[in-house]
Amino acid sequence: MNTLKLFAVTVLTVVLSAFTATTDEGGYKIGDVATDFSLENIDGSMVSLSDYKDAKGFIVIFTCNTCPYAVAYEDRVEALNKKYADKGYPVIAIMPNNTDVKPGDNMEAMKARAKAKGFTFPYLMDEGQKIYPQYGATKTPHVYVLEKTKKGNIVKYIGAIDDNYKDASEVKTKYVENAVDALLKGKDVEVKVTRAIGCTIKV
Amino acid sequence: MKRILVLCLLVICSCKNSNEKNNEASAPDAALSVDEEAQNISDFDLKIYDYDGLEPLINRQDDKIHVVNFWATWCAPCVKELPYFEAINEEYKDKNVEVLLVSLDFPKNYETKLKPFIKKRGLQSEVVAFDDVDQNRWIPAINKDWSGAIPATIIYNKDKRQFYERSFTKEELETELKQFLN
Repeated sequence: MNTLKLFAVTVLTVVLSAFTATTDEGGYKIGDVATDFSLENIDGSMVSLSDYKDAKGFIVIFTCNTCPYAVAYEDRVEALNKKYADKGYPVIAIMPNNTDVKPGDNMEAMKARAKAKGFTFPYLMDEGQKIYPQYGATKTPHVYVLEKTKKGNIVKYIGAIDDNYKDASEVKTKYVENAVDALLKGKDVEVKVTRAIGCTIKV
Repeated sequence: MKRILVLCLLVICSCKNSNEKNNEASAPDAALSVDEEAQNISDFDLKIYDYDGLEPLINRQDDKIHVVNFWATWCAPCVKELPYFEAINEEYKDKNVEVLLVSLDFPKNYETKLKPFIKKRGLQSEVVAFDDVDQNRWIPAINKDWSGAIPATIIYNKDKRQFYERSFTKEELETELKQFLN
């Protein structure tokens, strides 16, 4: 009898902890409504998604100065903004790291990097690190493509920019471009979630 | 005699650690001066695998307990926990534990950063380089819950497998490892 009880308790604990684990993970899934925010940009202004009255959606990218993967993608992020901002899908870059841990990602460093690289997209500081956990970003770079609807900004794609961090010229599948192209045509996004190695967000 | 040697090694290692810690937080990439090491590393054989090559190494069917750590020289939390994996490899050798360090450094940095790092730290665990751009294929294949952030670690034997997308202290790593020791 005792063994049975013990067994039941064990099973219950395992089941419960499994649930806790999933809730803890949090973050958005495809189809969720993404939160808006008001975060400071490198030019000192505050930026929210709701500022973009004419946007059809957004390419939200959690990125930073110091991660080699993020650096490898800088030019491609800029190219995405050039290609899609006018079509209604601007890039919104958010820097999620704790700058006490990573001083190379502080506002001054962000400004310097944006200037050196000629970023044309907003590069926002996740002050207090409150936004990235809601999205469920775990690393840099980590992309969320949102579609603006009456219900809010719906998450349509989560993951990597493309399938080759090393060499832009060797890319076979441009995940983000494919997703945005599909949305612009009113179609369903084919590949909705992808994974890529990145640097852990520093807390 | 052996003991003295080990003691010396330990002292050397701990000195190194404290030196490098200062650099680590701000600029992990700059933690090494490359030139001084550059002459001697050509003889150093670094095995490079794509996923098909790596797969058997992380799914061994022997009687050992395998600890596989995914890391890179540019990843500060990875570099910080490396000594714990090294310690586990040494201290649990006779308990059938084997550590494999899988580096995700970029290939262009193998000669300039990874090899000098391995040499300078005197890494004793087996280190392999993993180069496969099709991350969307192999990340979920290694573990379905892995978002792709490193450090990440697998502990497994032929009956049981655990995956961790997190960093460890030495105590935490030992606690996890002990689940596999009978």
